[in-house]
Amino acid sequence: MASEKGVMLLDFWVSPFGQRARIALAEKGVEYEYKEENLRDKSELLLKSNPIHKKIPVLIHDGKPICESLIIVQYIDETWSDKAPLLPSDPYQRAQARFWADFVDKKVFECGGKLWKLKGEEQEAAKTEMIEILQILEAQLGDKKYFGGDIFGFVDVAFVPFTSWFYSYETCANFSVEEVAPKIVQWAKRCMERESVDKTLPDPKKVYEFVCYLKKRFGIE
Amino acid sequence: MVASAAVRLFGMWASPAVRRVEWALKLKGIEYEYIEEDLSNKSSSLLEFNPINKQVPVLVHNGHPVVESLVILEYIDETWKDNPMLPVDPLERAKARFWATFVDVKCREESRKAFFMEGEEKEKAIENLQVQLKALDEELEGKKFFSGDHIGYTDLAIGWMAFWLGVAEEAAGFKANYDVKFPNFSRWMKDFLAEPVIKDNLPLREKTVEFFRAFKQLGSCTKRFWESSRRVIVVIPERQRHSWACVGDE
Repeated sequence: MASEKGVMLLDFWVSPFGQRARIALAEKGVEYEYKEENLRDKSELLLKSNPIHKKIPVLIHDGKPICESLIIVQYIDETWSDKAPLLPSDPYQRAQARFWADFVDKKVFECGGKLWKLKGEEQEAAKTEMIEILQILEAQLGDKKYFGGDIFGFVDVAFVPFTSWFYSYETCANFSVEEVAPKIVQWAKRCMERESVDKTLPDPKKVYEFVCYLKKRFGIE
Repeated sequence: MVASAAVRLFGMWASPAVRRVEWALKLKGIEYEYIEEDLSNKSSSLLEFNPINKQVPVLVHNGHPVVESLVILEYIDETWKDNPMLPVDPLERAKARFWATFVDVKCREESRKAFFMEGEEKEKAIENLQVQLKALDEELEGKKFFSGDHIGYTDLAIGWMAFWLGVAEEAAGFKANYDVKFPNFSRWMKDFLAEPVIKDNLPLREKTVEFFRAFKQLGSCTKRFWESSRRVIVVIPERQRHSWACVGDE
């Protein structure tokens, strides 16, 4: 591919993984070209840039692709290191941040998917699991302003995109995130006060419309 | 040698994720205390240090625990800066992390399916694994190791395949045929296992094959092993006198 100077992001509007990259770029004040992908008809650029996974997001910097959202966020942090550090400088704190971002990665999206895909007992089990996940994250947040402490950091970037899915999770599985994890809801509101988050995250009702569309497409009641 | 009674590693002898951490510690010349965990009867220390996942490996440095083997590797690299395992350049670091995650998540998933399943599902998993091995083979073109002339983070992350893939094949009766189809990868496996730090820090092959053979037999009796995206738990009846096997921290 052409070694064009500049930054491009191949993405899909509702993807929480793509939103991580967008938030990180915004925090760093990096200008970039956003390219919305049609996931049912992936562009040649996407397939060439991410031949292994064929997934968004892909960050293309001076013609070089970087794939996998948390790897992209770390790349952004290391490349534009002069502003808004997302990872702390202390190795132990960094390890903690990586662990919790990895925890979000492994748990939230998959469990969230079960909440709208499944019904009956299986959905109930997924709901119990999601409540546990939210409460573990809430315990980790504690009374801190952000997961990163006073600094909006790596774990915040990793998790905050899922907050626009809370409405969908609540509606599909009939529970309230505020009831089970009020500190998480407060944290989400504080994050939304940041321009990078406010301008990136979609309206939760729009996310729910998308979930309903997916349910119809996959024949889920 | 960096003298340090302050570094402890909770592990389990058959676990590739634990060895990965030991290789890193040895590469850096870090002295550590190794604690073998009986995973059927986890120590209170392990549960205290890793209350979330309750798994090995756990690295405890000056009383502070670090968990998840790839996170531990980066922690080791950032704390003990001699003999860096990760490159300096952000793009090269991103590539290193990409391959590590690819193998840790995707290759391990297909290897597990090839190991536990039978019939069509097994065949499909072997096919998928071969597609993945092809990608790894191409990545090695013109390179001795994934990290270049010397082993580094990416090799340590992928290293379990050099030993445990063969073990899995023998224990479960399948062949991924990398020696025939993927010459770069096959050559890398031999070179990696010949590295002194690796060679001197592997479990005994026969013992490991036996362990995984038993693991597979009992794994067939439970449907729980796909429940968690990365975790395989096998409940083994007491009379069998094996440990709870939690292979890899993931």
